[in-house]
Amino acid sequence: MEVQEFKGTANYIVSEDLRNSVNVSITLGRPLLIKGEPGTGKTMLARSIAEGLGLKLIIWNIKSTTKAQDGLYVYDTVQRLYDSQFGDHDVSDISQYIKMGKLGEAFLSDNPVVLLIDEIDKADLEFPNDLLWELDMMSFYIPETGVTVTAKHRPIVIITSNAEKELPDAFLRRCIFHYINFPEPEMMVNIINVHHPHLEDKLIHEAMEAFYWIRTLNGLQKKPSTSELLDWVQALTVGGVSLDKIRREIPLLGVLLKKNQDFDVILSRLRTQSTNKTKTRSHSLWG
Amino acid sequence: MFVNFFYELKRTGVPVSLTEWMTLMEALSKGLAFSSLSGFYHVARAVLVKSETHFDSYDIAFQNYFKGIETPVDVVEQALEWLKNEIPPLMISPEERKMFQDWDLDKLRRELEERLKNQDGEHHGGSNWIGTGGTSRFGHGGYNPAGVRIGGQSLNRSAVKVAAERRYRGYRSDETLGVRQFEVALRKLRQLTSRDEGLKDELDLDGTIDATCKNAGRLELVWDRSRKNNMKVVLMMDSGGSMDPYIDLCSQLFTAVNRSTHFKDLKFYFFHNCFYDDLYLHPSCTSRSAIKTYDVLHNLNPEYRLIIVGDASMAPSELTMVGGAIDWDVMNNEPGLVWLERVVKHFKHAVWLNPVPSQWWDVHRYYGAYTINLVRKLFPMFELTLDGLELAIKRLKVKF
Ligand SMILES: Nc1ncnc2c1ncn2[C@@H]1O[C@H](COP(=O)(O)OP(=O)(O)O)[C@@H](O)[C@H]1O
Ligand SMILES: [Mg+2]
Repeated sequence: MEVQEFKGTANYIVSEDLRNSVNVSITLGRPLLIKGEPGTGKTMLARSIAEGLGLKLIIWNIKSTTKAQDGLYVYDTVQRLYDSQFGDHDVSDISQYIKMGKLGEAFLSDNPVVLLIDEIDKADLEFPNDLLWELDMMSFYIPETGVTVTAKHRPIVIITSNAEKELPDAFLRRCIFHYINFPEPEMMVNIINVHHPHLEDKLIHEAMEAFYWIRTLNGLQKKPSTSELLDWVQALTVGGVSLDKIRREIPLLGVLLKKNQDFDVILSRLRTQSTNKTKTRSHSLWG
Repeated sequence: MFVNFFYELKRTGVPVSLTEWMTLMEALSKGLAFSSLSGFYHVARAVLVKSETHFDSYDIAFQNYFKGIETPVDVVEQALEWLKNEIPPLMISPEERKMFQDWDLDKLRRELEERLKNQDGEHHGGSNWIGTGGTSRFGHGGYNPAGVRIGGQSLNRSAVKVAAERRYRGYRSDETLGVRQFEVALRKLRQLTSRDEGLKDELDLDGTIDATCKNAGRLELVWDRSRKNNMKVVLMMDSGGSMDPYIDLCSQLFTAVNRSTHFKDLKFYFFHNCFYDDLYLHPSCTSRSAIKTYDVLHNLNPEYRLIIVGDASMAPSELTMVGGAIDWDVMNNEPGLVWLERVVKHFKHAVWLNPVPSQWWDVHRYYGAYTINLVRKLFPMFELTLDGLELAIKRLKVKF
């Protein structure tokens, strides 16, 4: 089965650059590392690739406790012990206690798959390096059973990072890299339309104005992202909020913001704007 | 000479390695960049550059190198030329040279030659989906009947022009900052307790299970030493009026430090220009939140890493004179410099982060830099930028 080029899918807005990067990664058979703010569609990209190419998607969600080994296989010694004491199983065949991890599953799949290693930066600093060999060679060895697992088809590997940690150089050198910019308004309109096809243009316009204004403010703990905007326009519609209030009052702010301090930042900015007071500070020469 | 692009990248600060360079050759040999120079621009960036903070340097290098080059065929010709002749003169380390064994150079050359031969007039020798700007197939930024959506802009502009726009200037780590970037940098400030000392007081679950299983099911507990971050940090911030222009920057740092949960302990104090007998728990620096500097020093052992944030810009008398403090209700019996020295001697590791750009620290050109330089004699001072913070953190980690 020959893997095609990725063209995009109807439910995902892909920029020209990003599409190119995906295809470079597929053609060269290298993992594609996708970096970008939360909510810029990194996880969804993997879904779109799988859907667009008609391949199965295998997702490996990384947490702070995830070890590289978990992705290869786990030897369930506890089950084996249990069976040996309380079961009627024959426990001499160790292979029945070897459970494939996500990478192992992707290697053993009969058809090519898309393997998403999501949020790799959550794991330990050493984690990416621990996977280098397996990703390079597309195989690993199970000493307990003496079996070597080799990929039947090279999976399309998509790795995402929210840039919580820096990733090791040796790992980076082997990846194709793409940085997803925060969407420009023009692209954002398209994204909104995909998710909520029947919204009033005026509502989208007002909501976007408010949204991008909020994102320009300094001092926010967490800037609202695409997902929050999508939820917000939906909430505004459902709540029947009148259009001229959207920018002036930013109703249903709780849908956009997650942190209490951020509420204060925005409410105080709205207040100063409405009273149109400009504060002037006096400076002395030396402070 | 094509190899000059490699050196140009290095020169502008893109940490490109030979592995990546050879991957680019492979990409060319697979016809990935044939349809346009924009195509080459994107493929080369995706392969060579691994951080958006280096995109701007890439753009600069690209402009410098490709100014006179019109078509991608030239690029491939040059690449081939390089592969044929120039590998020996490329200065590489022995380890890097070893890596060449991973590539079948002859095959690469043959494939590139093949590509060149098959060029038609429109340079569509290879895959033509790269860099065609989407105009040929789907139109741009729109919706096409096959149900494929494309966002963003068309790339059918000259790649050099794209590079010249320097759209990624704002991502340079030496210029911009954000709370997140600060946070990432601060994460490097850690000091793990060692595996070799301390109590074995943490149950090693995997070890226990292994040992128990080996023991034919009789429970055997395995204990290990826990590894925790031992780093303790004290942050002192100038909250005086001359810091106002830097308030955003400082509050970003403050937020980032505050959010860093990985320190064993974290203390904040504030001061106004310089500190004397008192420090303050609140940025307003009113007497209600005052705390004796001596008490602070007594309570914090020398292992605490001290980070001072301030512009170090004040009247010289504030540092050198008894009674020189800027606030009228503060009467200092010792000059500011004495206090600064006392503090820097107490802590083994101390740095000063200054939001004033370092180009203004030159006392011969800026009179205001006089006090900056007095302070710099006592504290290692770094610019409050991401790069500066990283240097400061390195300094804080040095063992004495
Ligand atoms: N380009 C896009 N096209 C369509 N929807 C998008 C796009 N980018 C983001 N979204 C929406 O935003 C949400 C967050 O995207 P997600 O992939 O989870 O982001 P990330 O993984 O980068 O944090 C998704 O549920 C999706 O609905
Ligand atoms: Mg995600």
